[in-house]
Amino acid sequence: MPTSRKTSASRKPIWGQVMPDLKMAEAGATKAAPSMANGQVLSVQNLEAWYGESHILHGINFDVNAGEVVTLLGRNGAGKTSTLKSIMGIIGKRTGSINFNGQQIIRATSDRIARMGVAFCPEERGIFASLDVRENLLLPPIVRSGGLSLDQIFDLFPNLKERLNSQGTKLSGGEQQMLAIARILRTGASFLMLDEPTEGLAPVIIQQIGHTIARLKNEGFTILLVEQNFRFASTVADRYYIVEHGQVIDGFANSELSSNMDKLHTYLGV
Amino acid sequence: MQALYAQLLVGLINGSFYALLSLGLAVIFGMLNIINFAHGALYMMGAFCAYFLLNVAGIGYWPALIIAPIAVGIFGMILERTMLQWLSGLDHLYGLLLTFGIALIVQGVFQNYFGSSGLPYAIPDELKGGMNLGFMFLPIYRGWVVVFSLAVCLATWYLIERTRLGAYLRAATENPTLVRAFGINVPRMITLTYGLGVGLAALAGVLSAPINQVRPLMGADLIIVVFAVVVIGGMGSIMGSIITGFALGVIEGLTKYFYPEASNTVVFVLMVLVLLIKPTGLTGRAA
Repeated sequence: MPTSRKTSASRKPIWGQVMPDLKMAEAGATKAAPSMANGQVLSVQNLEAWYGESHILHGINFDVNAGEVVTLLGRNGAGKTSTLKSIMGIIGKRTGSINFNGQQIIRATSDRIARMGVAFCPEERGIFASLDVRENLLLPPIVRSGGLSLDQIFDLFPNLKERLNSQGTKLSGGEQQMLAIARILRTGASFLMLDEPTEGLAPVIIQQIGHTIARLKNEGFTILLVEQNFRFASTVADRYYIVEHGQVIDGFANSELSSNMDKLHTYLGV
Repeated sequence: MQALYAQLLVGLINGSFYALLSLGLAVIFGMLNIINFAHGALYMMGAFCAYFLLNVAGIGYWPALIIAPIAVGIFGMILERTMLQWLSGLDHLYGLLLTFGIALIVQGVFQNYFGSSGLPYAIPDELKGGMNLGFMFLPIYRGWVVVFSLAVCLATWYLIERTRLGAYLRAATENPTLVRAFGINVPRMITLTYGLGVGLAALAGVLSAPINQVRPLMGADLIIVVFAVVVIGGMGSIMGSIITGFALGVIEGLTKYFYPEASNTVVFVLMVLVLLIKPTGLTGRAA
């Protein structure tokens, strides 16, 4: 378990010189420190949620430690996305306990949760058609210091810089996904929830997003990832939780992956 | 020729009111998805507010131009917080019925106290008199109304289309849940937007007070035409409602000159044509 944000000097470039090393502002590193001390960023206990009358989550339990990439795996409709939405506070009715950096957020509104440092990149990407790329990128307000600067974001996603004045939805699927990730990196939130970032994208783009996630992890971001693409998840995740019928039914670390492959095939039907 | 220019000016003035009112309606519709039938009543409240400020508190036209929109805007925000916000997510019809009811109540209360006849409101001294432009005589107050309305409309357009706050508004129009999940207090923004739309209506009311007198039903008569303007321009488009507002005022004026019999119906005939050819309006998006 990492006990402190890695310093810039210890980082190795992940994919060559094309994208220079990121430098997180010092303020961010200091601010993130308290959560690092006890290690746990997020703890979800017995989370249940409802869409109107239909009961969709039946007691979800898992936790995420600082600096980890944790992946929720599961079939379509298992409740992975609903789990992220519940943490973000955008599902109408939810019970149980969601503890973020020591604070209970089960009853908080989504704007308050965002301001506590939780950032969300939705499955449908949520690029705004009436805003150009620059406006989309600058839309989420800064919630705390220590976010990436625009220059750092353009280092990560050079395509975006060239398309700043395009309408948001005129971008390709891959560019839209990059924009959706890029805009939450500015905010200073250190806990990112990414919902199926690779869905519908070409392999070369998926690879680039994988590099980006690894890079962000290296920078000290804590990431909760929802994926159906297990092969992709295995390249970035530290730990996995299996979600089925609105419950977490299993969990293991990346190091235990090979011994769990048979079980995994059964769970995911792959 | 003099008569043509005079009618054009009348058209531009009516167009100013159409633009200010339909702009407010467009802003409100975009954010709240509510067709604000109370708009005419709120416009009337703006004019009455200016009247009270002058006759009760001795506060003149210029301060009223600022105070009345703020006061009526606050009244609007209270309406939104106490009533309209509960309708979010429901069919348009509920908002329409509720705001129509509010309009009837507000107009009824004013009619009860002030009757139906007009109360005079004098043109401020600075804007009295007129200018001979050679080809026509321009009453200064009327010129002021046109120029000032246009400036306010363009400022509102700039606020919504070119500023960061406007980007929040546009984004929240598309996907309020996600905007809120970025940390923006969307419910508060909706309340302020309703206040802004209502404030624009009240501003139009103050501008209109010296021209049209102050009457409880002044908004009820005007709002029918404004809704036709909105249908023609298309709900939800900011620049569309400004341009359509001014253009239809001018078209009305021209009709008054060339074929006076049709001047009261020309807007509605255009509305029918637009509905037949392009039901979303000339610049609008699908509801």
